[in-house]
Amino acid sequence: MLLPRFDFHEPATLAEACEMMAQYGAKAKVIAGGTDLMVNMKKKLLSPERLVSIVRIPELKKLDSSPAMLKLGPCLTIATIAASEEIGKTWGAICAGARALGSPLVRNRATVGGNIGTARPAGDMPPSLMAYGARVVLSKKSGQRVVSLDDFFRGPGLTEIAPDEVLSEIQVDAPPPYSGCSYMNLSLRSACDCNIVNVASFLTLEGPGGAIKSARIVLGCVGPTHRRAVTAEKTLIGQKPSEALFDKAAGVVAACAPGAETADCIPIDDFRGSAEYKMDMAKLLIRRTLSAAMSQAMKQ
Amino acid sequence: MAKLIHLRINDTEYDVAVPPNETLVDMLRYRLGLTGTKKGCGLGDCGSCTVIMDGNAVNSCLVLAVQADGSQITTAEGLETDEGLHPVQKAFIEHGAVQCGFCTSGMIVSAKNLLDKNLNPTEAEIRTALSGNLCRCTGYQKIVEAVQSVGK
Repeated sequence: MLLPRFDFHEPATLAEACEMMAQYGAKAKVIAGGTDLMVNMKKKLLSPERLVSIVRIPELKKLDSSPAMLKLGPCLTIATIAASEEIGKTWGAICAGARALGSPLVRNRATVGGNIGTARPAGDMPPSLMAYGARVVLSKKSGQRVVSLDDFFRGPGLTEIAPDEVLSEIQVDAPPPYSGCSYMNLSLRSACDCNIVNVASFLTLEGPGGAIKSARIVLGCVGPTHRRAVTAEKTLIGQKPSEALFDKAAGVVAACAPGAETADCIPIDDFRGSAEYKMDMAKLLIRRTLSAAMSQAMKQ
Repeated sequence: MAKLIHLRINDTEYDVAVPPNETLVDMLRYRLGLTGTKKGCGLGDCGSCTVIMDGNAVNSCLVLAVQADGSQITTAEGLETDEGLHPVQKAFIEHGAVQCGFCTSGMIVSAKNLLDKNLNPTEAEIRTALSGNLCRCTGYQKIVEAVQSVGK
């Protein structure tokens, strides 16, 4: 399969990249690892006039963690993140998402910024990042803004990134004490396969054995974007964690009828599975991720 | 407009003029005649185009040649030395790990990359490392056994 023609630019710095995007706007696309963009270009779904390659800009490949915050350069490869002990010791579910993505060959090339920016509803990186409350920095020539990942996705392939902006950093706060987070994904094959359902859950307890202080449940593949299961989260707050409570939370998700205002989980029938099956699996993964998050929180 | 790039492929320096929309696999095969790298799906699913780029195995159908400017590439042709075939290549022959042969160069390059990083991988680690390489003959068992025999 051949790629459409385009002009290729390789800016040396973020400032130069922003300059180019300001000049070319929607006629250009940012390329990093290219594992998703090039597939779409080969299938002729996209044919930008210009590609701006940011994958070798040093400042976009930084990994910086402090006790308070993790800062990920968007051009860190998924393989680097999957293997990073620095990330894993505090933000283990981010590494779990990275290990689940694609194949080793894809992970060596694909980047975290790319997996967020491409906005596939089945993407492996967004659920854990959203569960940890991550934010992205969007830079342009005249400045930058910080957007919560909760408000970032607009639809399949659609995001908050304006044509003149470059996703330049991902920020994740350190979880408070007595927190746990877990990511699980279901797919037919363990590699090179699109997820059927993926879920990340985050819990913070009041103290050891205490009630649930905050909860974030993020669902993938069951809507046009990754989404928070807000109704289920609410049922958890202030309650003592237990398997029965997690069952109840998963049940609330299932009770949200498609189309309802509060619908957290609106899967569709497709070749990967029926809506009914995906709903059941979403419930199962919610219970399992909550349970795993609780065990982690209890250990602290 | 073609861009002049410089790479080191199998320890030989190359200067190549490539159009921006040419992938690394097409440059290797059609411009340099290095047809040991196979081209299968062209979409990053099958792994038959696997090459090692700066120490990491990648799908060369999803790398633009211009993005490989300045990098070090190892292809299937680069594994043999004056002492003969690479141990992984010998093991594939000894274990009957080659059927139709189309996936073989990608499998061997992925296996070499694994063994470069992990001298004695477990069966699970081998299966994970090869999970991006598909064998339509489904001869996985003998491939895994071949890689295991080199690790030991």
